[in-house]
Amino acid sequence: MKNTIKDIIKPYQGEKGSLIPILQAVQEKTGFISEDAVSTIALSLNMSEHEIYGVATFYTQFRYTKPGDHMVKVCLGTACHVRGGEQLLNRTENILNIKPGQTTPDSAFSLERVACMGCCALAPVIVVDDKIYPNVTSPKVEKIISKYSSPDEKE
Amino acid sequence: MDFAEIRKKAVAKWEALQSSKTPVIYLGAATCGRAAGIEAVAEEIRKTSKKLNLNIKLVEVGCIGPCYLEPIIYIQKNGHPSVCYGKITSGKIKKLLEDYLVNNDPRPDLALGTLGDGQLNGIPGLFEHPMLKYQTRLVLRNCGIVDPEQIDHYIARYGYLGIKKALEMSPLEVIDEVKTSSIRGRGGAGFPTWKKWEICHNVQSDDKYLICNADEGDPGAFMNRSLLEGDPHAVLEGLLIGAYAIGANHGYIYIRAEYPLAIKRLEHAISQMKAYNLLGNNILGSDFSFDIKIKKGAGAFVCGEETALIASVMGKRGMPMPRPPFPAISGVWGKPTIINNVETLGTLATIIRRGGEWFSGFGSESSKGTKTFSLVGKVKQTGLIEVPLGTSLKTIIFDIGGGIAGDKKFKAVQTGGPSGGCIPAELSSLPVDYESLMSAGSIMGSGGMIVLDEDTCVVDITSYFLSFIQAESCGKCSPCRIGTKVMLDILEKIKSGKGEMADIDKLSSLAETIKNASLCGLGQTAPNSVLSTLRYFRSEYEAHIVDKSCPALVCKDLIKYAISEEKCAGCGVCRKQCPAGAITGKKKKVHIINESLCVKCGICYQVCPSKYGAVEKTTGFLT
Ligand SMILES: Cc1cc2nc3c(=O)[nH]c(=O)nc-3n(C[C@H](O)[C@H](O)[C@H](O)COP(=O)(O)O)c2cc1C
Ligand code: FES
Repeated sequence: MKNTIKDIIKPYQGEKGSLIPILQAVQEKTGFISEDAVSTIALSLNMSEHEIYGVATFYTQFRYTKPGDHMVKVCLGTACHVRGGEQLLNRTENILNIKPGQTTPDSAFSLERVACMGCCALAPVIVVDDKIYPNVTSPKVEKIISKYSSPDEKE
Repeated sequence: MDFAEIRKKAVAKWEALQSSKTPVIYLGAATCGRAAGIEAVAEEIRKTSKKLNLNIKLVEVGCIGPCYLEPIIYIQKNGHPSVCYGKITSGKIKKLLEDYLVNNDPRPDLALGTLGDGQLNGIPGLFEHPMLKYQTRLVLRNCGIVDPEQIDHYIARYGYLGIKKALEMSPLEVIDEVKTSSIRGRGGAGFPTWKKWEICHNVQSDDKYLICNADEGDPGAFMNRSLLEGDPHAVLEGLLIGAYAIGANHGYIYIRAEYPLAIKRLEHAISQMKAYNLLGNNILGSDFSFDIKIKKGAGAFVCGEETALIASVMGKRGMPMPRPPFPAISGVWGKPTIINNVETLGTLATIIRRGGEWFSGFGSESSKGTKTFSLVGKVKQTGLIEVPLGTSLKTIIFDIGGGIAGDKKFKAVQTGGPSGGCIPAELSSLPVDYESLMSAGSIMGSGGMIVLDEDTCVVDITSYFLSFIQAESCGKCSPCRIGTKVMLDILEKIKSGKGEMADIDKLSSLAETIKNASLCGLGQTAPNSVLSTLRYFRSEYEAHIVDKSCPALVCKDLIKYAISEEKCAGCGVCRKQCPAGAITGKKKKVHIINESLCVKCGICYQVCPSKYGAVEKTTGFLT
């Protein structure tokens, strides 16, 4: 683990203001910001771990626990809100039985709420991994999620 | 290769595409097109053309604006104007390719319009389409037309002639031309662009920075995304012109991480610029040198604010700083820094190329030029539009937007995002310019325009914005940190039917304090949504407080669902879909909702077949 984190940091070494891009690269490659990653970054940037957490926790992008295999994001931007985004979130919470920020016990899904994916003209939208689903209605949520459930989980 | 030669080759390449013997199919492949399924359509085109033994060329373009018609494709054959088709599905492809490409029938019944010179089988021009007819496309001129990954397409359409001309002028002459154009910043505050450039130009420093603000934090707005995806070079050329004018040698593009396609397009475009000596040392053989780096945002609305953005670029928490010093004097790493919005920069090349006077010929007396808006919400024709400033709200919503979806009643339009306000239907003849919107209690903002109908509750939407702001407040100053929380608590209290009349006065006085005492624009504008809705929709607040009712039937605690005995056919759809198990009833018998189990998710209301329409919402039962 430590080695790969070091490899990720290497290209940024010596660059001013590189903490955020490093955290982004670490999260992109390992899925989240682990305690180990923070201590490795702290050593190589000569910063305290507090400082790093101080910066990281300011931004909503960063996660500190391992996410599930599939990331479900429900948009609650204004356009999605007025077209029923809240109902989609409730429905998704119900189906996955978790709240935003949580991961299902079998690690299959994580749920997040986001504030606009820039696809507002097709609101409300749900994003699973990198795929955006437009004009979603509550009954459609179940179908979308089931596409990502492995057969033995579907009962 | 010098630029004249580059341009000559680019023009030849573009013209060859326009008059291609091989049919060309252009795919609207911006984020909206992809979400709507253009990739599956493209796959089907590949398969079908193989089956039909057709040789075709596929070209990806950006978004031309009417997103509600996505996926959109254009077919160009034998040098005829290309024919645009909307809401294309994989299922429609085979027939369409057979009809047009094999049997020469462009299917006028399916076509939205033609693009390019000339006539074809009586199909009207695409720009005659109601959604496009009232628009003036200066900044979006290439979106949906060129392949954003081909710098040659951009160059063939007069690209990089703006910077070429600028380099033959002095920086002060460039600033003067921008002054003549009267363009004001498109990112929200509307500050005259030439003015901040002049301040920065006059500061002596070995290093200066120009930052393109592509944070687009306003939830419900996507103008900047669309421009960056559809015509990235327009923005990059603007960045070059601005940098030359202020004397900057370093550039950043601060872009939100939620826009992966725009980031990809920018990275690609930057590498192409380098290959043509449009970036790096001695650009186009001049003394001007400039580099551009991309910085991805990490999800903080406040980082759209200039001083917070600067802190974030330097790798810190994105906390705003008191001003002065202004960034134009001391910004990134203490060096003079100018921040401009994507659209502001995207307009500059055209301003320099065609002249400030030409640009100021568009728009109204006080607000010159055109502005893009993301027209969304409860309107029929949603998408990205560009209109001359001064166009009325009515034209935008009813002519361009086609009116309200489902023919509901138009209630209000929200502009300016979380910093803006709601303008009621009565004011629909209001011209959209900086002053008029301000006097109506809202702001232009960056161009979000969310149309609200009779089914939208203004107390709900106001509390939505306050909860957004409250979550995004950086916490540095107490008026914003605590004030917005208290306002949000009051709004939630009103929404739940526990409000008192005194709460309205509390909201007004809190709003004044927060507005006057907050450190940055986030807090200073946070009360706008409250103030504007109190001004125009006070009676709706009073209905929640006095009658304990939500007239728009939105606020959960004030509504209840019931099934009409007369209308219910006992089909059982609602019973099967209810997540709370609150609905009972035998097949073909009237169903009943158990109120104590009902979680008011509204699913039964949505799934009840419209021929029955048996699920009913009521309010006002608490009094
Ligand atoms: C809370 C807050 C968020 C902002 N978000 C953005 C944004 O997402 N994009 C943007 O261009 N400007 C944003 N602005 C405005 C910028 O601070 C700045 O005025 C603008 O980028 C300047 O560019 P312009 O003069 O070209 O408009 C925001 C301002 C505030 C106070
Ligand atoms: S508001 Fe949901 S995509 Fe913009």
